Amino acid sequence: MAVVTLHVDGMAVAVPAGAPLLQALTAAGVTLPTLCHHPRLSPVAACRLCLVELEGAPRPVPACVTAAAEGQRLATDTPALRQGRRLIVELLFAEGNHPCAVCVADGDCELQDAAQRVGMDRVTVPYRHPPRQVDASHPLFLLDHHRCILCSRCVRVCDEIEGAHVWAMAERGGRTRLIAGLDQPWGAVDSCTSCGKCVAVCPTGALVTREDVPLSPWPGP
Amino acid sequence: MTAALPPAKPRLRLATVWLMGCSGCHMAFLDLDEALVSLADRYDIVHSPVLSDRKVFPEGVDVCLVEGAVSSVDNLAMARRLRLRSRLVVALGDCAVTGNVTALRNQHPDGLAGVLQRCWGQAVPPADSPLPPLLERVLPLHAVIRVDLVLPGCPPEPGCIGRLLASLG
Repeated sequence: MAVVTLHVDGMAVAVPAGAPLLQALTAAGVTLPTLCHHPRLSPVAACRLCLVELEGAPRPVPACVTAAAEGQRLATDTPALRQGRRLIVELLFAEGNHPCAVCVADGDCELQDAAQRVGMDRVTVPYRHPPRQVDASHPLFLLDHHRCILCSRCVRVCDEIEGAHVWAMAERGGRTRLIAGLDQPWGAVDSCTSCGKCVAVCPTGALVTREDVPLSPWPGP
Repeated sequence: MTAALPPAKPRLRLATVWLMGCSGCHMAFLDLDEALVSLADRYDIVHSPVLSDRKVFPEGVDVCLVEGAVSSVDNLAMARRLRLRSRLVVALGDCAVTGNVTALRNQHPDGLAGVLQRCWGQAVPPADSPLPPLLERVLPLHAVIRVDLVLPGCPPEPGCIGRLLASLG
């Protein structure tokens, strides 16, 4: 396997040719906040938090989907990148409804962790406070659209690992939303195996295990 | 001969304000318990819903802790008044910092009219009622005035409030 050498913030690291730049960052001891990335799932570069500056590139590139090549020089912590990362997290908080104080994921939330990582002490853009829905039709799990950041981890884990293809994104832009089946209540989707993988990979409290139903007897898929 | 004592630091004038919130942040402040006594060595509490009877927000405040989001016309006027009269404004707790639970009403698809209808039904207060008119949308404090420091939490840990005041005093 060919190995390439590149520079991350001035530090020389060696990784397999074609490996994602995130791997080179890890080798250099740099960890960036990420939200859509999951090591077991295909990368989609949706959250843009892993943007890095690549010498010679006209604009920052997402480290999760950019291939490592010989001689690249990366900067991961410039003022522009720091400012951009903070703004991205602020926009995520402003786009949905994220009152941490009344969220079941408070203290165990990757969005909250990202906010702390980027030093977000307040949201400087106007909050949208969109009217959204809660889908409590599944016997074991709950989908709270207010807390969904559209990272698509659930879509990918259901497709790539469970093979059930329950989840998809509907509509576009600010109206984009997660749907189950053919835009049905989750509990009405026959292909759901109730495996819980989507709940396990959700970075926020959008997909959670219901606490209002006993875990047994097993209600069946 | 005794060594000269260092010159006493000037005492600071502390105000606390309760906008649209549940009072939990003020309860956390009171939960400083005996530490409040040592706080009194450094601060004069010149205006507070829980530690002062003074009704009018005074001039020349050094530190102002503000609980709650900006939800009514009265909240907005008070926020502007305290900003003009305070050197340091601290957004205390998640409602002041983010809007938090107070701002949940912003999600109503019919806006303020829908919220009033939902809460009051047939008894929506008339326009000339003495109740403070509500703003169309609930806003975090920094959306209406300059905020110098934020202390998040729902409510903030009493120890954090104490350490903040100790570091400023």
